[in-house]
Amino acid sequence: MEGRPFNDISYERFLSEDKLVGSRCQKCGALFVPPRSICIKCYGSEMEWVEMKGKGRLAAFTCIAIGPPSMIKEGYDRKHPYVSGVVELDEGVRVVARIEGVDGTRPETIKIGAPLKVEFLHRGEGENSTSFLAFRP
Amino acid sequence: MRGPRKLGRGVAMVGAGMSKFGMFGDKDSKYLFAEAFHEMLSTVDKGIDPEDIDALYLGNFTNDFFVHQGHWGPIISDLLGLAPKPATRTEGACAASALAFREGVFAIASGFYDVVLVGGVEDMSKRSTEEVTQGLAMAASPYEVKAGFTFPGVFGAMATAYFARYGASREHLMNVTIKSHNNARLNPKAQFNVSIRDIMNQRIEKAKNKGEPPPAWRDEKEFLRDARANPVVAWPMHLYDCCPISDGASCVLLAAEEIAKDFTDNPLYVVGIGQGSGKGLHAKEDLTYFEATRYAAQEAYGLSGLRPEDVQIAEVHDCFSIAEIVHIEDLGFFKPGEGYKAVEEGLTRLDGSKPINTSGGLKCKGHPVGATGTGQLVEIWKQLRGEAGERQVPIRDLRVGAAQSLGGTGGTCTLTILERK
Repeated sequence: MEGRPFNDISYERFLSEDKLVGSRCQKCGALFVPPRSICIKCYGSEMEWVEMKGKGRLAAFTCIAIGPPSMIKEGYDRKHPYVSGVVELDEGVRVVARIEGVDGTRPETIKIGAPLKVEFLHRGEGENSTSFLAFRP
Repeated sequence: MRGPRKLGRGVAMVGAGMSKFGMFGDKDSKYLFAEAFHEMLSTVDKGIDPEDIDALYLGNFTNDFFVHQGHWGPIISDLLGLAPKPATRTEGACAASALAFREGVFAIASGFYDVVLVGGVEDMSKRSTEEVTQGLAMAASPYEVKAGFTFPGVFGAMATAYFARYGASREHLMNVTIKSHNNARLNPKAQFNVSIRDIMNQRIEKAKNKGEPPPAWRDEKEFLRDARANPVVAWPMHLYDCCPISDGASCVLLAAEEIAKDFTDNPLYVVGIGQGSGKGLHAKEDLTYFEATRYAAQEAYGLSGLRPEDVQIAEVHDCFSIAEIVHIEDLGFFKPGEGYKAVEEGLTRLDGSKPINTSGGLKCKGHPVGATGTGQLVEIWKQLRGEAGERQVPIRDLRVGAAQSLGGTGGTCTLTILERK
């Protein structure tokens, strides 16, 4: 964990290892998820990796009926919308993620503030594999 | 920000024109810009010799991707016979020509140029919806794209946060849509110059002609609640909450204040300009407003010495219905959480105390991305000079108007304040 650069490439690699991580400034303690390599609170550059507990609450969401080609390929369409959202982690920072295990056709059943836990989605094989951050109730 | 900003010298708008906005299979970027330029020339009361234009600033976002040509400054300067005068393209996603305008103002304020043409163009409708979606996604944060967010999705998510905080609902968004259509009905340049009522009547007529039972909507809201008429795009954003894919161009002519009267006795002075930059959805300090718009507004009000209540009319970047509500709060016209109530009470209608998007807004006038920023200023030009025809606002002594643009998912926001003196 220690030797990896504090950037999006490392963040993605951690996702593929079922870890949601951020960087913490060793000088002032500010936390950034996804990671930043410089602290925008005190401009310190000594960062350390921290793994999130993976618990949070739904801060905002949308049920997407017309998605990009990658989501259409996964089988989502007007009749089968998927849900994307903003999750406020217990550690106090927000992330954007897919929201699984909720009914996108019944948005009235999805509640802001609902507790969620992290889940990692892995799609594709080998070099074409990608991992996605997700949360579910 | 360290105290109010200053311009080196005053700048005035002395002409403004736009093409019709819409989906045109047979009109390309050059044709559309020529149409806007031609109209602009006709609005300069005392005439302008294009020879006197010192430089061009042009906003465009997607031509690299859609027509595989990125170098649009010189293409347009050549088109207009301005070459070898300098041409510079600005990029700010959906705020591209708002940035062109700002650069033009700076160029004159610095004393370097006296007369500058600024404008924008976008040619989008010849591509598939899938390609357009991909092209526009180039302006979103990569984290949002990875989480499956589309543009309507980002604004949909902001709407859910706004609803939860302030107790608003979809019904309130419908008020924005109905008002935009009512205004656009009076704007012959608008892509959808029809009211929701007109659309309902057309559908009823069509059903009758086909011998089908006509839909029995009682009012506009019932039409908008009908999932067949108004399907969901990214809940709570439905079709009628979203701006369309459009082609179009717009431009305005700027001149140094001391020579403005050479062109017209009725110039509009650029009294406020502001620009801010924003963060991705996850990093925003709050999900119910745009920090970048608030920063831009602070800068523009500071420069002008005006307050939000001094702005009599405004065009705001209503790419989605919720955005109009958020913007009128961010600009200080209404308190946070009160924008939706102001719309419901009719305050933002053409005949209200603070008319918003008299042109029909992006929703109905159309949103040819790069042309939108200066396109908004064309509407303010018409209104402040009393030339808006049927949709002229009935405010007595109309002097101050503003236009707010937003690029991407709030990455680039601007505010321009114009005054007739």
